[in-house]
Amino acid sequence: MSARTLPLLFLNLGGEMLYILDQRLRAQSIPGEKARKGERLFVFAVMNDIITTMFNKKFMEELFKPQELYSKKALRTVYDRLAHASIMRLNQASMDKLYDLMTMAFKYQVLLCPRPKDLLLVTFNHLDAIKDFIHDSPGILNQVDETFRQLIETYSCLSAGEFQLIRQTLLIFFQDMHIRVSIFLKDKVQNSNGRFVLPISGPVPWGTEVPGLIRMFNRNGDEVKRTEFTTDGNYVTPQREGSFDLYGDRVLKLGTNMYSVSRPVETHMSGSSKNLASQAKENLTPNPLAKEELNFLARLLGGLDVKTPGGSETGFRLNLFTTDEEEEHAALTRPEELSYKVIDIEATQEPGRRAELSRILGELEVAEPRPASSGKGEDLLALMDGL
Amino acid sequence: QAAWCVLPSRVLLVLTSQKGIQMYESDGSIMVYWHALDVAEHPPAQAVFARGIAAAGERFICVGTSSGLVLVFDIPPKGTNVTVSEVLEQHRDAITDIAAELGQAPDGAGDLVTADDAGSLCVWSTGEEFTLVGKIPAFGCTCSSVKLWNGIVAAGYGNGQIRLYEAATGLLRAEVNAHARWIYALDLAPQTGKLLSGAEDSFVHVWKLSRDPDTDDVEIEHCHAECVTDTQVCGARFCDPEGKSFAVTGYDLSEIFRYGPA
Repeated sequence: MSARTLPLLFLNLGGEMLYILDQRLRAQSIPGEKARKGERLFVFAVMNDIITTMFNKKFMEELFKPQELYSKKALRTVYDRLAHASIMRLNQASMDKLYDLMTMAFKYQVLLCPRPKDLLLVTFNHLDAIKDFIHDSPGILNQVDETFRQLIETYSCLSAGEFQLIRQTLLIFFQDMHIRVSIFLKDKVQNSNGRFVLPISGPVPWGTEVPGLIRMFNRNGDEVKRTEFTTDGNYVTPQREGSFDLYGDRVLKLGTNMYSVSRPVETHMSGSSKNLASQAKENLTPNPLAKEELNFLARLLGGLDVKTPGGSETGFRLNLFTTDEEEEHAALTRPEELSYKVIDIEATQEPGRRAELSRILGELEVAEPRPASSGKGEDLLALMDGL
Repeated sequence: QAAWCVLPSRVLLVLTSQKGIQMYESDGSIMVYWHALDVAEHPPAQAVFARGIAAAGERFICVGTSSGLVLVFDIPPKGTNVTVSEVLEQHRDAITDIAAELGQAPDGAGDLVTADDAGSLCVWSTGEEFTLVGKIPAFGCTCSSVKLWNGIVAAGYGNGQIRLYEAATGLLRAEVNAHARWIYALDLAPQTGKLLSGAEDSFVHVWKLSRDPDTDDVEIEHCHAECVTDTQVCGARFCDPEGKSFAVTGYDLSEIFRYGPA
């Protein structure tokens, strides 16, 4: 499978995570004029911290190295860390739900990509939105643009076949996931059995002709016969191609933010158990290497300067459900086979643990992650002073 | 990938993966041969895998690789003494599919065709030494699947087109705007010339290939369409040599759908 899939997987899932967090942070706002200003600042701070962590230079360098995809468990751990890169806290149930939503959304986008290359446009849509979230912070904006440039450099020259291999690698990763998402069900984008609706109408991909025409040629290359066939499909010619530049109209809607404050996002946990059988087997088999498993990225994230709530301050807890009771109930009733069984990796300075990690990561050049500069903290303090 | 390779002396089950190529006896009982892929042949970031399997020339099995090489294995009538007889080096991009002549090849038409990610096709004549009969240039799209019948190359492309070429000369004989998405599978029923195509657009089409006896022109007509609702078709195969029924598989589908005459 393709060794260039991880950056696309990480960035798109990260993008979806930010869409959901942004929507929930605003939905969980405190009413009142005075609180509104504080709330805006708070939402900004959380998004800011997560995006800064996500686009950390060292992290991106590691991400873009050709490598196999992480296992589902390992990837989930990376997002656990990312989600906690600010003073926001999520309970297990909310984190599970967040991850379900992120993965189903991206699965949908990968599946419906008209051309394999359009996967890149989906990624660009996410990045465009991320740039919009932090458009007031030139420092982080620069980091995001850098990643944008690296994406263009790495992927622009790939052939359709190579993109299709990346797409297939992603589809295998998402295989057999059929969690029902209420916003998808409402929009008739997902069936009640959890499978996505594949439309047989609309514009054909750029570079494809509308099906129907058959042309036959003689030995001299002259067209001698022309016939047509019809099907139930109702396709039309596309108007224009999306832009693959740093800035431009992507044309494709996949990967843009489908959430808004007024649309609560729910998931239904009763997925069809038949299909989950194979996934369940994967989750329940104990993996002795799980703790040491790759997670170089998670370790890097753990080593970065993270806002840890200190003293009496407990940090702000975000709930992805409408009430605390709902969240508790979800945690208790989550089907066994859908549990992510997140392994808590403590990338601390314990000598024993470090030795193990170092041994596994022996081949990789493990430079000690430097704590982020204090500049970031100062910016936010200055902002808070302005309140 | 998995394919049955039917040779006059024996039938082998060939499997390809990221590590290499495995060949089994037709009842799956014994592994007859294992060929590991040479990782060193590939540039660091490139994927390594084998793809494209066909039995050819009555004693060979050809398998393609991600580096564009086609490995030709000489298969003994019995036993495990499989050797690499030749390595074909005409493709510069990953091999997508290989097909052997399923009917009667006209003179000079060759009996094997190989296809790659860039969309180039090569037509070969099999034997002690394989010879290149001709090349069919790419037109900007991946050729994902290919079939060869009575000297006609049927090629399915990533942009949903099916093209028919003359194997002997490489001339384009027909162009079909067949699907709205990437074509994943082509199959051919040798007794009738029926062609089956399956694509990501959820459609499976049955076509009929023929040759006008007077003009020698190649004809293709559309016979039937099936829409496998909400499924991206990944595999499609006829279940009999006349093409009266066919089976379909798709992404996220744990079932195999079989279609037959009413």
